[in-house]
Amino acid sequence: MTFLQVNHLKVYYPVRGGFFRKVIGHVKAVDDISFALQRGETYGLVGESGCGKTTTGRTIIGLVKATAGEILFDGKDLTKLSRREFAQYRKDIQMIFQDPYSSLNPRKRVLDIVAEPLRNFERLSPQEEKRKVQHFIEKVGLHPESIYKYPHEFSGGQRQRIGIARALTLNPKLIIADEPVSALDVSVQAQVLNFMKDIQKEFQLTYLFISHDLGIIRHMCDRIGIMYRGQFVEEGTKEEIFQNPQHIYTKRLLSSIPNADPLKRQEQQTLRQQIEKEYEQSYSRYFNAEGRAYPLKRISNTHSVAIP
Amino acid sequence: MLKQSVLQIEHLRVSFRIHEEYYAAVDDVSLTVHENEVLAIVGESGCGKSALALSIIGLHPPERTKLEGAVMFKGKNLLTQSVQALNEIRGKDIGMIFQDPLTALNPLMTVGKQIEESMDYHTTLSASEKRKRTLELLQRVGIPNPAQTYDRYPHELSGGMRQRIVIAIAIACNPAVIIADEPTTALDVTIQAQIIRLLKDLQQQMNTGIILITHDLGVVAEMADRVAVMYAGEIVELADVYTLFTRPLHPYTRSLLQSIPSAQTSKETLHVIQGIVPPLTKLPRTGCRFRTRIGWMDESTHESHPILREVEPNHWVRCTCYQHFYFPDGGERA
Amino acid sequence: MVKFILRRIVMMIPQLFILSVLIFLLAKAMPGDALTGQLANNPKMDAQTLAEMREKLGLNDPLYVQYARWIKNLLHGDLGMSYVHQQPVTDLLAGRMWNTVLLSLCILVLTYAIAVPLGVISGRWQDSWADKLIVGYSYVSFATPLFIFALIMLFLFGFKLGWFPTGGSVDIQLEEGTFDYYISKFNHLLLPSLSGALISTVGIIQYLRSEIIDTKVKDFVRTARAKGVPEAKIYSRHILRNSFLPIAAFLGYEITGLIGGSVFLESIFSYPGIGQLFLQSIMQRDYSVVTALVMISGLATLVGTLLSDIILSAVDPRIRIE
Repeated sequence: MTFLQVNHLKVYYPVRGGFFRKVIGHVKAVDDISFALQRGETYGLVGESGCGKTTTGRTIIGLVKATAGEILFDGKDLTKLSRREFAQYRKDIQMIFQDPYSSLNPRKRVLDIVAEPLRNFERLSPQEEKRKVQHFIEKVGLHPESIYKYPHEFSGGQRQRIGIARALTLNPKLIIADEPVSALDVSVQAQVLNFMKDIQKEFQLTYLFISHDLGIIRHMCDRIGIMYRGQFVEEGTKEEIFQNPQHIYTKRLLSSIPNADPLKRQEQQTLRQQIEKEYEQSYSRYFNAEGRAYPLKRISNTHSVAIP
Repeated sequence: MLKQSVLQIEHLRVSFRIHEEYYAAVDDVSLTVHENEVLAIVGESGCGKSALALSIIGLHPPERTKLEGAVMFKGKNLLTQSVQALNEIRGKDIGMIFQDPLTALNPLMTVGKQIEESMDYHTTLSASEKRKRTLELLQRVGIPNPAQTYDRYPHELSGGMRQRIVIAIAIACNPAVIIADEPTTALDVTIQAQIIRLLKDLQQQMNTGIILITHDLGVVAEMADRVAVMYAGEIVELADVYTLFTRPLHPYTRSLLQSIPSAQTSKETLHVIQGIVPPLTKLPRTGCRFRTRIGWMDESTHESHPILREVEPNHWVRCTCYQHFYFPDGGERA
Repeated sequence: MVKFILRRIVMMIPQLFILSVLIFLLAKAMPGDALTGQLANNPKMDAQTLAEMREKLGLNDPLYVQYARWIKNLLHGDLGMSYVHQQPVTDLLAGRMWNTVLLSLCILVLTYAIAVPLGVISGRWQDSWADKLIVGYSYVSFATPLFIFALIMLFLFGFKLGWFPTGGSVDIQLEEGTFDYYISKFNHLLLPSLSGALISTVGIIQYLRSEIIDTKVKDFVRTARAKGVPEAKIYSRHILRNSFLPIAAFLGYEITGLIGGSVFLESIFSYPGIGQLFLQSIMQRDYSVVTALVMISGLATLVGTLLSDIILSAVDPRIRIE
């Protein structure tokens, strides 16, 4: 069942110049992308910095205004809703941010941080509110008494779990996770990733998982969209992307990941050189004269590639 | 062929003053760096790897830092040298590469001038000779048009290009040793692959010994010849890269390897290392420092004064607990 | 660059327009007009003549007509007549303006001459006794109001010790153009500008100090150390240049502060500049002078802001102006 449908989404920022600061061009942060999320799946948006993956997530949640296109959620186009109407959907879509150090207000207690969305959307008595917050704090594996503490008393992993508890309080259907573990150490990273998988089952969550780390994407996602300069260059299931990449950019990205087996060093190096060569030789096959990718073309039921 | 050693770290202890008391962030570390090799120092944040790197050329603020032990380089103990004497070595014999290439460069100086600056103090080259050498260096680190780039400011370059500039600064005077502190952490993965390649090539061309500080085991697998795994200020395992990845022994090394989601293989759940790295002021100073993170194991499996032992040729492990270590959540990845 | 400056100047037009309307309306809203003051000064004036004069001067016209007339004259360089001094405002301002510019310039130079070395010492040797002394000085002068400090200076060095003249801008007996004339001019400037500088320097010292302390621990300074750059050069080539950036930009804004400061200083030291004139004119309800002065200081503020932006773009390569 299609749950969230993004159609021809564009986010352009004007570039001004000249004496009267006229718009002379646009920075195309997101340039005509379309994808759909099925209920209960994890969809990965991957790409390098500046590819538009974060902007896409922020546009869905309403932090950035779409220039064109539609975002259909439960059949409603979120880009056309008024602020009031949008607020209703805001409950169903929550976000987990990258940096657990700056995304939690240091002057607020955990209770107030986690209860904040509740206070915006539901009217609960202080007792009910506290009970609910403690319930979620326990769910994320923290002691219920910790609701009276402040963020600085927790480690990075714990803070990220407080952020997740806050996102969970309104029983959201979709969670947009923007680089949720990039600021964490590997051991803590594992903890948060495992935990995200657990709560996905328990609360039947759908994830839009944004990351630059292909190892994490492979671990977490069912389907993956590869973004490059605001566009999709390839989309497919995890297996299709990792085992049968078709677009040269996907291949290049995959071959760049360090291989965790030092014995394969030479092999990996040869592969990279080979792909680099292919990239140079067949650039015009994958990108048009302006350096933009072609529209996605379906090559199987689930696999699409941007080729002419 | 036996490689010549170029730098020896002997029983180094680096302590920082926190509330009037000194706490060791690096505790009795001994390592040797050889020419034409990459020695990787791996660990999570707070393990002391960066503190170790900065102490080699004395970059910690002296008023808050206590250095003990020795760092021997060309017959001199760098820890006891005056700042003036150290300045003779910094940038000339030992180059340094930092994590974030944007903040590591002076925003008000052209990149050409920043590369030339180390030649100003370490060579007697004329202005035109310096310029010529800078252009060569830019070429060497893979900058496509050196002459134009020479007059650029850091903000005008991309992240990958900036890191190449930082590398050019480090190799400007043909150093014998390069200390690279998380050189690829701030970069995109395709750029990372290029920078790794560049550093490997430079190491071989210049016969340089590279100390690579990183938390990324993937980068270690790609670059390193030997690896030291650090935990809580100590080296817990030291081996060549193939041994470390095929036969890791220390529980910390094995746990780390099990906790990384890999792009090459996939598995259902990742291993979680229990607890957190204790803060410097609360570090257990006796016994096996990793024991609190593997609470499911019997205390008796640890030594009371664990030392780094050579368990097979050139493979060193701290504490005897590795002989009994197992994962409570099932087997190890093949 | 030229385009940028031109654009900024064009953008100043609406700003100045709003300012002029505001000033005009405020002047009109003030109780009484130029003639009310005359009534008190001149016993021969009666209500009848007053009304006639008002009609003649157009003070009974609708507001927009009066405004249009005022603006038209303003654009022709005619700032109106001072009713108190009975001469054109432009004539009244000419000599005083020069005095004020001279005083302001002196204050500016002295301020930076004091602030830069103190700020650098304070920031570089943070927590040393010198730093503590400088910080102590800046706290004291921060807490001291300019007019009280200036009074103390005047009393101490002007009256008690007699080192400096206590009023005027030059010894009137001297002939203009002679060497002694300029010496006297300088002598008259010294005490007021020193008083102003010692107070206004505080902000810059504190700013520079904290900039240096921040810059000291920046990554690029560490890179410089790793290159083997000697400590003195670390400061001159890396830390100071980066710390001076915001200070340089401050220069333009400082002009605004100087205008405010000149009102106190010139009044206390009886220095014939526009600040003193401003205060007098307000007291005597000489509105044509007041509005002209407010208009001029508004313009100076706008120019100062522009100056700041130009300086910043000149010294910081990251700020590009096309």
